[in-house]
Formats: sequence, C-alpha cells, structure tokens
Amino acid sequence: MTYILKPQLHHPNLPTNARGFTRRDYEGSVSTLCAGCGHDSISSAIIQAAFELNLPPHRIAKLSGIGCSSKTPDYFMGASHGFNTVHGRMPSVLTGANLANKDLIYLGVSGDGDSASIGLGQFAHAVRRGVNMLYIVENNGVYGLTKGQFSATSDKGSKSKKGVVNHDAGIDLVGLALQLGATYVGRSFSGDKAQLVPLIKAGLAHKGAAFIDVISPCVQFNNHVGSTKSFDYVREHNEAVNRLDLIPAHASIKVDYAPGETVMVTQHDGSVLSLHKLAELYDPSDRAAALGFLQSRQAQGEIVTGLLYVDPEAGDLHDALDTVATPLNALDGAALVPGAKALDAINASLR
Amino acid sequence: MSVPVKEEAAASEATTSGLVINDFVVKFANVNGSGSASANGMFAKSILRMGVPVAARNIFPSNIQGLPTWFEVRVTEAGYLGRRGGVDLMVAMNPQTWDKDLAEIEPGGFLFYDSTKPLPPGRFREDVTVVGVPLTAMCNDRYALPRERQLFKNIVYLGALAGLLGIDPAVIETILSEQFSGRQKLIDANVAALHVGLDYVKANHQPLRLQVRKSDKVGDRIFVEGNAAAALGAVYGGATVCAWYPITPSTSLAEAFTRYCEDLRTDPDGKARYAIVQAEDEIASIGIVVGAGWNGARAFTCTSGPGISLMTEFIGLSYFAEIPAVIFDVQRGGPSTGMPTRTQQADLIGAAYASHGDTKHPMLLPADPGECFEFGALAFDLSDRLQTTIFVMLDLDIGMNEWLTTPFAWDDERQLDRGKVMTHDELEAGADFGRYKDVDGDGIPYRTYPGVHPNKGAYFTRGTSRNPYARYSEEGAVYVDNMQRLLRKFETAKALIPAPIRQDAKRKTPNQKVSDGVIYFGSSTPSMLEALEHLEGQGHHLDAMRVRGFPFSDEVYDFVAAHDRVFLVEQNRDAQLRTLLVNEGEIDPGKIVPVLHYDGTPITARFIAGQIGQMLTLGRSEAAQ
Repeated sequence: MTYILKPQLHHPNLPTNARGFTRRDYEGSVSTLCAGCGHDSISSAIIQAAFELNLPPHRIAKLSGIGCSSKTPDYFMGASHGFNTVHGRMPSVLTGANLANKDLIYLGVSGDGDSASIGLGQFAHAVRRGVNMLYIVENNGVYGLTKGQFSATSDKGSKSKKGVVNHDAGIDLVGLALQLGATYVGRSFSGDKAQLVPLIKAGLAHKGAAFIDVISPCVQFNNHVGSTKSFDYVREHNEAVNRLDLIPAHASIKVDYAPGETVMVTQHDGSVLSLHKLAELYDPSDRAAALGFLQSRQAQGEIVTGLLYVDPEAGDLHDALDTVATPLNALDGAALVPGAKALDAINASLR
Repeated sequence: MSVPVKEEAAASEATTSGLVINDFVVKFANVNGSGSASANGMFAKSILRMGVPVAARNIFPSNIQGLPTWFEVRVTEAGYLGRRGGVDLMVAMNPQTWDKDLAEIEPGGFLFYDSTKPLPPGRFREDVTVVGVPLTAMCNDRYALPRERQLFKNIVYLGALAGLLGIDPAVIETILSEQFSGRQKLIDANVAALHVGLDYVKANHQPLRLQVRKSDKVGDRIFVEGNAAAALGAVYGGATVCAWYPITPSTSLAEAFTRYCEDLRTDPDGKARYAIVQAEDEIASIGIVVGAGWNGARAFTCTSGPGISLMTEFIGLSYFAEIPAVIFDVQRGGPSTGMPTRTQQADLIGAAYASHGDTKHPMLLPADPGECFEFGALAFDLSDRLQTTIFVMLDLDIGMNEWLTTPFAWDDERQLDRGKVMTHDELEAGADFGRYKDVDGDGIPYRTYPGVHPNKGAYFTRGTSRNPYARYSEEGAVYVDNMQRLLRKFETAKALIPAPIRQDAKRKTPNQKVSDGVIYFGSSTPSMLEALEHLEGQGHHLDAMRVRGFPFSDEVYDFVAAHDRVFLVEQNRDAQLRTLLVNEGEIDPGKIVPVLHYDGTPITARFIAGQIGQMLTLGRSEAAQ
C-alpha cells in the first residue's frame, strides 16, 4: 500500500463552522513527510484558514509542482480537486485552470526549488499577469526529496548539513513578488500559526495575485547550526511588522481599534483586514517602501514577516482579458460555435 | 534527381498559335520588406477572379527587411495546386538573386525586369525573351517621396504584367477598391499607378505568349491560408483558451484566432467568450492548455518543431494523467533552428512519440486549408473524447500560403462532444467514480470537472502512477494495468481518426507482375495527384492512399498488404511516416520505398513523378531482361 487513507471516524461533537463543516472536512490523507516537517504545520494552517473562512472545500482547486512541499496538497482538503503537475510548472497550469473557471478559489503550493530554481520564470509570469490565486511557497532552502542540496533561496554563506558553504546569492521571492506586481505579499514562519493562519485567510480572500513565502525548516536537512532556515535561526531573527486579522464581509466588524497601532483595510470582496502594527511607520499599502524596508532589514540579518503589501482594489487576469461572467468551461455550443451562416460570410470574404 | 516531364498541351488555341493559356508559372523575385507582397497577392487574386485556379506560394527568408524573397504563382486551368517546378515568367526585381533567378527560367520562357539601368547582354540568356520596363525611372518621374516611389513601383509592375498577360485591369481595380475600402484617395492613386504600367507595355511591348483567359474553373472555392483555416476550426470546435508563444510559421494561427474571436465571440457589451494569453515560452503555453483542459475548457496552443521539443514533458503528463489538449504544429525545416521559413513534414516521429516513457499521441494530417478547418474543429472533440493531446500537423506550405480550397462548411445540428464527463447529478445518484477505471472497455475512463460536487467526484491528478481510483500507487501490477488500458484507449482512437482516402488506379499496368501502391499525406497531396496523372501518361498505373491521421486504421495496413511495393512520399529526410507505419504495423520495411523531398521548398509533381517513374521504369526493364 503506497497510499494511506485517513480513518473515517468522526467525533460526533466536532465543532462545525457556519457552513456546517467540521475541521475534518478540510483534511486530506495522512502526510508522508518526515515527523516534525514545517510543511505539515503549513498544511494544518491551510486547513484552519479554510475552516475559519467557511469555504466549501470542493470550490477550492489546489495545485502544486514537484517536491516535498508539492506533495502536501494531498494532505489537506480531500474534497477538493488537486493537481500535482510537473516540476516548476504549477504556475502555468494554475493560470490555465483559472482561465477555464474563474469561480473557483485557486491555491498554488510550491517550494523553493520548484519556484525559485526550475520554476522561477513561471513564478514571475503568473505573478505579473495577476492570476487570481493564493501562491504559497513552503521555503526550507533545501532540496529535501533528493536529500539536502542547496536551493536558490539558500542564503549566501549558509551551511549545509554536510558542512558545505553556499557561495551563491539567495533569491528572495518576497522581493521579487513585490517587484513583479503581486497585489498581496506576505511572509511568515511555519512555526508561527498565530501569524500564518490569518495571512492565509486574507490571501485566500484577496482578488489578484497573492503570494506568501513561508519559511519552513527541513528537520532532516536544514535544521542545524549554520543554516539560516532552521527553527532556532528564524525564531531569533524574525522581525514581524504586523499581526493580522481577517474579518469576513458578512461578519459584523468589532475590533479593538487603537489609533496608530491598527490599520483597517477593506478588500475587494468586502472582507476587512485588521493590521496590528508592530513596527513603527510600516505602511502595507506602499509597494516601494515595502521593498526598501525588506532590504534594509535583510541587510541587518533580520527576516521580516507579516503582511508586507496589499492592494485591496487589485484586479486580475480575467479583468485584463475582459472575459464574460460565465466561466469559460460552462459556455455551451450556442455560445461558442458561430454557426453555418457566419461561415458563409467568411467564405464570401475569401473569394 | 527529378526527371522533367513533358507538359500536356493546353487549349487547342495554344497549339495552333503558340499561345499558352492558363497554364504557366510566374515567379516574383523581390527584396524582403519592399512592400511587394500586397501587389503580388493582388496578381494571384485577379487571376482567380477571372475564374482560373492559381497556386501561390511565398518563399521567404527569416528576416524582416533586406533579404531575398520570392512569390510563385502557378496559373492552372487544370487545377493543379501543387508546385510544378520551373518558371515560365520571372519577374526579376532583386539584383542580389539575378543569376539564380535567370537560371531558373524554362527554355523559351520570359524575363521581366526593371530596365532603368541598362544591363550588358551577357547578363541575359539567349533562349529567354526579355521584357524590360523602366520602373524606377517611371516612378521617380511621377512620385516625389521615396516611400511612394517604392510602393507604387509594385503597382506599376502589376499593371505592366496585366498588360503582358491579358489580365483584365477592371478586376484588379475592383480588388484595389476592396483592399483600400473607403479610402478613395488611395484607391485613385493605386489605380493611376496600375495604368502607368499598363499603358507603358501597351505602347512598347507585344502581349506575351503566356495568356490568362476568363474561365469557370474556380467555382465556389475560397482562397485562404491553412493557419487562418485552422484557427477558425478552433473557434468552431469550441476552443475558449489559447496560450501561445510566437514562432514562425505558426504565429499567424494565434493571430487569426484572436481576430476571429474578436469578431465572432464578443458579447454586445464587449465581454470576451474566450481567453488568449501570449505566454512567456512554449512550456508555459502548454502548461496553461493542460490546466484549462483539466478544468473543463477547450484549450490549444500552436507552435512549430522547437516548441514541440520544449513541450514534451507536459505532453507526457497529458498522456499519463489523461488531460485533453490540442496542439497545432505548423512544421518547418529542422532540426534545431533549422530552416525556420522553409517547409517540411519532419516532426512526425517527434510528435507521435513525444515525451519520456512509453507514450504515443494521435495526430491529424490535413492536406489543405479546408481540412485544416475541419480537423481544427474535430481535434477538440477528439481530445475531450480521448482525454489526451491531439496534434494537428500542418506545415509552412499549408499554414502560411493561401490555397484554393473547398469552402468551409458547418452543420448547425452538430454538437460539441465533451466526452465522458460525470456530472453532479450522476455523482449524486451514487455513480461509482473511479477516475482511471475502464468502465466501458474502450480504455477511456470518466472524469469530473473540479468543483462539481460538495463531497463526491474529487480526485487528485498526478503524473505518478496511481490506481483506478486515482490513488497514488507504486504497485507493479497496478501500473501495468493502467499502461495496458492506455494502449486500449489508443486502439479506440483508430476508429475516431479520419479514415484514409483510397484512389485505385483506373487500369492495371500491362504485363506487370508487381502491384504498386503509393501512400502520401498532408501538403504533398496536390503534387501527388498531379504526379499520378503524369505517371499514367507514362503507362504506370498506381493505387494511391492518402493517410489522414495517426494511429493508422486497418485500411492503411490492408492497403500495404494488398500491394507488393508501396511508395511513401514525404517531405523529410528520414522517412518518418514510413517509420511509424513499419513500427506500428510491424510491416516488412523492404516493402515500403521512400520518396523523400526535404530541401525546404514544397514538393513538386515533377519530383514525385520523376522519382517514382524512374524506379518503375527501371523495374520494368529489369523484368524484361
């Protein structure tokens, strides 16, 4: 047996959300990742976020590439269609899926090898097209499935488990996403659920290209002294700019409002982001300032986390292409086939 | 080497007076970017409008401006739409290629040139009649702006040719007024330039022996590029998502799809019932197509050989994960960058077996733009029905040249075949859904669209091995079962691919013990049909079969079995269709004799008849000994 089904025993008193789903309804099959893997914490955060958002699981399409992180969509939301595509190419497949049906929620899950190495081009172009999606990179700075090679997000000077020092500059996908026009950009840490769950919730509710880089230590190959993606290193160098709450559009807005410390941002779908600012003067609506802040803190050896940028009024690829309201995959022959009469006119123009 | 074939006599008027009516080849030698294409196109169209079939072909460089380019027009009352080979009238407008162009003229043919600068007699041929028109001088006298001098020069030579060949100037004037519709000043200026050329030759030259006379051989046929026809086929096939990356010679297919969608698929409020994305490369193009196909939209990409090379990983995923996709491959000369603006049929093996592991993919092989439309639409039904990638194999000759072809036809009763898709209600009613289960014994499983049902029908798609219920499995027996089912599905495809067209010889070759057949496909078709007539004239009677798709149906194998020897005509070096035939049908390779043309120019009737005729004659004299 190479596939482990989760036991279908449901506790009769499991709490339900507003749609009547229990947390179990958002779970998938049993993870085959290593015990303690940061990726499993992220899957758990995704489950929690979807549960709290009352999303119908079947209206989510989850897509991934290849690698440890890309295996995870099998481990959450078993009632959703999932697609484990080819290495580094999830962004294009997700783009096509989104073009076919604009009404589903698209969750792309990828890793640092999948998105920053082989798939950097596809990552860049999906983001710059404004595909309506939440794109999560589970970033451990290492190739886990092939046992410990550096990835493109490994920091310069960091050490592998075997003691090899990385001499290539690391790619910061958050900086890239900001430059490429992502309209929702955040970073978090797999060990910080309090920050990660609201970030995912707001990212799922965001219209446009939403990107979250989640630092996720690899317990097997990148959790040692000298690694800049280990639990200890990230905890010590984490610089959170804000704490986020998402209030869905249908909930009454009751937040402790402390001027100067909390920023309220209303998104396109009516949901409200409540940002408790931790860093002074941090403004998540200023793309250029976000880039500057990110880079200056990075120079000081700090990993900035939180919601770094959001454009609550963002559009998406469908807006740019001006497609009809009906999903393209639901258009029938009458809407698609112009018929014999139109063909006669075309024939006449070709004589 | 090709063997020249004697031309059949044209109309009786021609034999008595030396006139050649409606049966000659004109070739224009131009400089790329000089604006000649529009005038040359009007030349071809004016002859068509006079009821005389033409076959027109661009022979162009991979360049925007400056390199030589040719446009060849075969005027053919008999309706031979392939290239004949040889040139009767060379319109030599490019000094760079003068010597080569001069050499190409048939003995007794004509050379038309710009005589502004006199050339020494050594630059001409004694067996070629020279017609000089001082085009540059005439245009310099008349027009002040350099751009006008250049553009109107093309219209002036069009007028001169009309005078020399007997083309009705009124027909060209009508075409001009259609082309510049509503811009009267432009129409007037062009008509004036046309008459400058016309008047000059009337005053200074006799009409040529080559003449165009009104006829009625065009009928209701249309004149269109295969790429545009295929794009229109995609519209009628219900394609809603197109992702593509620019590459010659397929670019105009995506551009035509865009044009047709703007016209035919836009709601009154301007909203689009389609989505077209120019992707960052061919990998992303096919990725978008696979994603859209997975999610239930009809999607395609168009590309050429280098693009196919890049797409192969995704094509394998489409095969193994069983996701519908359509790829239009407008083939060009390979390998590598090869000859990007020249034609070949050299991607057959690459497409048929694209990707790693055991894979094979259906291909459609259209022979003209009419079939590009038909197969373009059919490909989407087939990809949904078979849940796999369908290739439509055009080539540069069909794709980028305007061909005279049967008008597009559509039956309004026809429904889009969305294949085996399990619906919400079927799932609700308790249907057993196994994504990779062979329920009907045809190898084709059922699929569901994402989002279809709250708690039934979801599955995980992957390129890794899985069981009939789409669950990950590395069990050897499970993997083998699945691979065998994919073979059954490919067997099912045989019956869905357009059947071959068989044309038996009208009579048997006398005293011949060996029965001969010939197989051909795609853009070789018109030249092949003409060559069959030539061969008949030489006393060689062959049965012929045109293959229209892959996998081959039993009729193809039966045809091979029924003949002692089968010639296989293709436009590549390695006899790729022959390889597919031998491989898939386990046929004795010695039985199939390749006839190969792959210099990048479209195959000619002379070439085919010459090659096959030579082998047949040789065989006959050996038999006599």
